[in-house]
Amino acid sequence: MSAAFEFDGREVAFTDGQTVGAALVAAGVRSWRTTRREGRPRGIFCGIGVCFDCLVTVDDVPNQRACLVPAAAGAIVRSQEGDGRGHLAV
Amino acid sequence: MPADVLVIGAGVVGAATAWYAARSGHSVTVVDRGPVAGGTTGAGEGNILVSDKPPGAELDLALLSSGLWRDLAVEVGGFEFDPKGGLVVAATPPGYEALVSLASSQSGAGVETVVVPAGELAEHEPHLTPSLAGGVLYPGDAQVQPMLAAARLLRAARARGATVRTGVEVTGFLRSGDRVVGVRTSAGDLPAGAVVNAAGTWGGDIASLAGVDVPVLPRRGFILVTEPLPRLVRHKVFAAEYVANVASDDADLQTSPVVEGTESGTILIGASRERVGYDRTLSVRVLRALAAQAVALFPVLADVKVIRTYRGFRPYCPDHLPVIGPDPRAPGLFHACGHEGAGIGLAAATGRLIAQLLGEEPPSLDLAPFRPERFGPVVAP
Repeated sequence: MSAAFEFDGREVAFTDGQTVGAALVAAGVRSWRTTRREGRPRGIFCGIGVCFDCLVTVDDVPNQRACLVPAAAGAIVRSQEGDGRGHLAV
Repeated sequence: MPADVLVIGAGVVGAATAWYAARSGHSVTVVDRGPVAGGTTGAGEGNILVSDKPPGAELDLALLSSGLWRDLAVEVGGFEFDPKGGLVVAATPPGYEALVSLASSQSGAGVETVVVPAGELAEHEPHLTPSLAGGVLYPGDAQVQPMLAAARLLRAARARGATVRTGVEVTGFLRSGDRVVGVRTSAGDLPAGAVVNAAGTWGGDIASLAGVDVPVLPRRGFILVTEPLPRLVRHKVFAAEYVANVASDDADLQTSPVVEGTESGTILIGASRERVGYDRTLSVRVLRALAAQAVALFPVLADVKVIRTYRGFRPYCPDHLPVIGPDPRAPGLFHACGHEGAGIGLAAATGRLIAQLLGEEPPSLDLAPFRPERFGPVVAP
């Protein structure tokens, strides 16, 4: 039986040891963040934690690298708009 | 052909000097042993402040400079000039009282100040902790991206014929009798009509190559950089204690919160001061103190990540004033260094004043408080 986390309201299955990013790509999701200035789509680029392109919000913490965060059963993963903290703007 | 002016240092002070001298029609060469903005210019926040200085010679210099920076933002531009204003806050009623009294004296010296009672602070900075006693708003405070400012000023100077040579280290001076007539460098001799020492924290070393004493020493400071955020902090916000720390003669660590946003979305958190020579070791104790103070001022920062830190060395003199002007002990040599933590802010006026002296024009400001020989002979303690 495979475990799953929630991504933008749907279930995404993963296998033990997979990262959030790997599971998303395996599920056919290619992008889960928009850039800060121009709102362009971003997903996995380097895949090894260097480029910070694959940022995602996991359990309400924004700016996590999807390629490094291990997938966990029951986690709430949300796609991220810009810096992920737009609600704080004044 | 020898240059009219040889500037030692491609930091912001050297760059501003080069720009104003080139604009006045002088032929200018800038040399630096490292890259552009490789010293203190590249290690600060880019502040142009009138708020942190009590009335006196340095405030006069700051006021002159802040007007010139506004002109440079139009004339040269491209360095993220942001006239955001400063907000100084006090945690306690006595602190607030002292701050308001400082503001009143600054106001008499020509600084625009707006007293902000505790109940109105949130209108200016919604994320500030509600537990403050009050503050003062300084609309005249501004910020630039300091590395861009140095680079753009040098580019503008080059467009007026200046030459910039990085990776060239000054090793001595060319003399004709007492007179300084150029420099010896790792790339050969460079004769010049006048030499300007804009070597910042290392200005004392350059002075000693010319056989004169200019007591500039390093005061280390760290800055924390957060992940990019939306605009959370509108002004440069700092605690009233910062003003006292700047003027302090204590060698031990001092920290006071200084928090401000940048165009790229990161928030810069300072400010620490300690005298530890040129020790570049990262100090977790200092970083922890900076983070804790910033969170106390802006609780919203508690769950924001810091992505990096950097440090630099502010060039300070015993009386906390910069050294600006001709050196009568070495005719032909001018100093423009020792600006401590205010070098970006004071660079425009410094460059302009040096260019005026080089052009034998009367300077816009009395330079007596900044004269290089004011420290007298070194007396062993």
